Amino acid sequence: MAFFLQNLVNALQWGSFYALIALGYSMVYSILMLFNFAHGDIFMVGAYIGFGVATGLLVIASQWAIALPGWLTLVLTILLSMFLTSFLGMFVERVGYRPLRDAPRASAAITGLMIGIILETIILWGMGTQRVGFPSLIETVTFNVGGVYITNKKIMIVAVSLAFMLALHLFITKSRWGMAMRAMAFDFVVVPLMGVSINRIAAMTFAIGSSLAALAGILFGVAYPVLDPYMGIVFGWKAFVAAILGGRGSIMGATLAGFLLGFIEIFVAMIFPSTLRDLIAYSIVLLILVFRPYGFFGEPYSAKLRL
Amino acid sequence: MEATSSELSAPENGVINKIRVFFSRIPVLGWLCGALAAVLLEQVVGRQLALSIGLPKIPALFGFTIILKYPVLIPSAFLYVFIIYLLPVIVVARFCLTPANWLAGKLMNISMQGSVLIHLVLLYAVLQIWAEVSDYRDITLKFTLIAIMVTVSLNVINGYMGEFSCSHPGFMALGAYTTSVFTVSLFVNDSQFGQALLPSYMGPFFFPLGLILGGCVASLGALLVAIPSFRTRGDYLAIISLAFMFIVKSLIENLEFVGGPRGLSSQPNWANLPTVFAWTVICIWIINNFVRSIIGKALNAVRDDETAANAMTIDTRRTKMTAFMFAAFWAGVAGGLFAHVLRYVNPSTFGIQKLAEVLAMVYFGGLNSVYGSILGAVSLSMLSEALRPLELFKWIVIPLMLILVMIYRPTGLIAFKEFDVKKLIRPKPNPGDEV
Repeated sequence: MAFFLQNLVNALQWGSFYALIALGYSMVYSILMLFNFAHGDIFMVGAYIGFGVATGLLVIASQWAIALPGWLTLVLTILLSMFLTSFLGMFVERVGYRPLRDAPRASAAITGLMIGIILETIILWGMGTQRVGFPSLIETVTFNVGGVYITNKKIMIVAVSLAFMLALHLFITKSRWGMAMRAMAFDFVVVPLMGVSINRIAAMTFAIGSSLAALAGILFGVAYPVLDPYMGIVFGWKAFVAAILGGRGSIMGATLAGFLLGFIEIFVAMIFPSTLRDLIAYSIVLLILVFRPYGFFGEPYSAKLRL
Repeated sequence: MEATSSELSAPENGVINKIRVFFSRIPVLGWLCGALAAVLLEQVVGRQLALSIGLPKIPALFGFTIILKYPVLIPSAFLYVFIIYLLPVIVVARFCLTPANWLAGKLMNISMQGSVLIHLVLLYAVLQIWAEVSDYRDITLKFTLIAIMVTVSLNVINGYMGEFSCSHPGFMALGAYTTSVFTVSLFVNDSQFGQALLPSYMGPFFFPLGLILGGCVASLGALLVAIPSFRTRGDYLAIISLAFMFIVKSLIENLEFVGGPRGLSSQPNWANLPTVFAWTVICIWIINNFVRSIIGKALNAVRDDETAANAMTIDTRRTKMTAFMFAAFWAGVAGGLFAHVLRYVNPSTFGIQKLAEVLAMVYFGGLNSVYGSILGAVSLSMLSEALRPLELFKWIVIPLMLILVMIYRPTGLIAFKEFDVKKLIRPKPNPGDEV
């Protein structure tokens, strides 16, 4: 039982990374009806920006001899990096997606893939091929709850992710901007005629999605303090799978499917040899999609979709 | 590509137009003769010329590598390309103009098949002589031909049927491993599969069989993607095919008898240039006939509107299944050839990287067009070899170029164009006579 609970904690942490990234895919999808294939690499760049900000903050603190507590550095890192990465998201939208809004959707997928490759190359060029270690900002404290070892980092990661997801939910359901987003997701042809600017909404969606990806990147850096330029590929595609599994364009679905994918992966690795993890996880995904072809919360294929 | 310009000849004056009209009258036969002259010239005087104008050796890929690596040698490289390639091609094509047109017309009248065969033999001769200069050219050419096969077959699904399929690397992997297991276990003494079962001189005869076997296994795998595609399409199908790709890769990584993540090596060296060339030609020929047949038109109907196609008595399920299995077959054959050119396969070859590469070739070249796929595959594989000296920046230059193409021509460079062999090889009369 303790073994099971231990893995449950790990799965929650692993799933929150997927869920945070999948949210970005799903939000962009609900507005523009296309997937931002550069999102995985935005997650990677976000982690690197977090690394840069954290290192910078530590250097400034030591230069000016300010006793900056670790948690404050982390909070500042998270907020600053989310802010900076949101600009990257808006830039990607402006360069790669806005010119292609009326083009076939597959073309936008190609630009997304290519922007992803460019981002990887830039990071590879700037940071070198060796992996960099994320500075450890808070000290690990391990609690033993009935045989289950829980670190404060894990609690922090799951709590922060859930808090941001809740904030996103409130933003979308309660604020005027969120209402505009929902309207745009409902119909992106008529709503712009009502005076809502699709460009601004799309840019905002990319900004929010990218900042959540940056959050995931930093939290990943806190949990596994090794960053490499290709980490976005694995995470990006798996989160993409989660976004589809949840039902495209469904925020709730993306969150749940992100956690579900985390659970599947951790528990498959728990029961079977870990080399079989991808095989079984993707087979389960395939089976789910065969029986629920539109994901958990998705709607059937509609004429609204362009090729 | 030169063949298309004859349609554009407008009665205008000006130097550029004159040049265009002049070139538009040269038939493909003339260009091939010119290219043959150029490669023969390179064979004979290439080395002396290269050394005498200060190049270390014959430029492997039209001087790109040298230009990027040693900027001092740019004039020499240009001179070399001009003297060896440009000049002979233009001069010979110009002087062959009348006889080539006459010959092309005669051949067309005698026998269409014979004419095509002669063109292919000429093309093969050009490629063979060009590739003989160095092993590097040989292997680049082989990979380019294989890329053409993969791209054309993916275009059947992504272009003609309009699905976004991500499973092609998976099909390639299935074909590559099946063919490799077939050849290695039957004809090679190696540690993985033990003694050879058949004498190795029989190998080259069995090789096509192995490739077809690989293609068949790939098409069986395609059923796994095709059957879910009855109920869903678009993004869900993209995910299903992506999951399929990961499953294949992960499965091979876990199969110890084919080497697992270490890969499988010691494939016999049977995929020489003639074999690869022949398979590529057969592949293009069959796929081109397929997409121009009734089933090919049904694919377009399914892409444009599935419900309407169904109402028009098209069996959409059968159409989708045929297209997937057919495309997967050729991807499998291409994978088998790939394994035997490289003489080593590894599951991580067939991952996201390969997928991005193949998709880029299809969408760069142009959807719904065999021409486009050939252009996309050739230009991207040549470019990625030619820009090798840029090292890391290659991966900024090529994606940027693709983004620009996507922005300005969202369906690719040559999209929705029929590959008509008859039109391609016909003689080009005077523009005045044509009207």
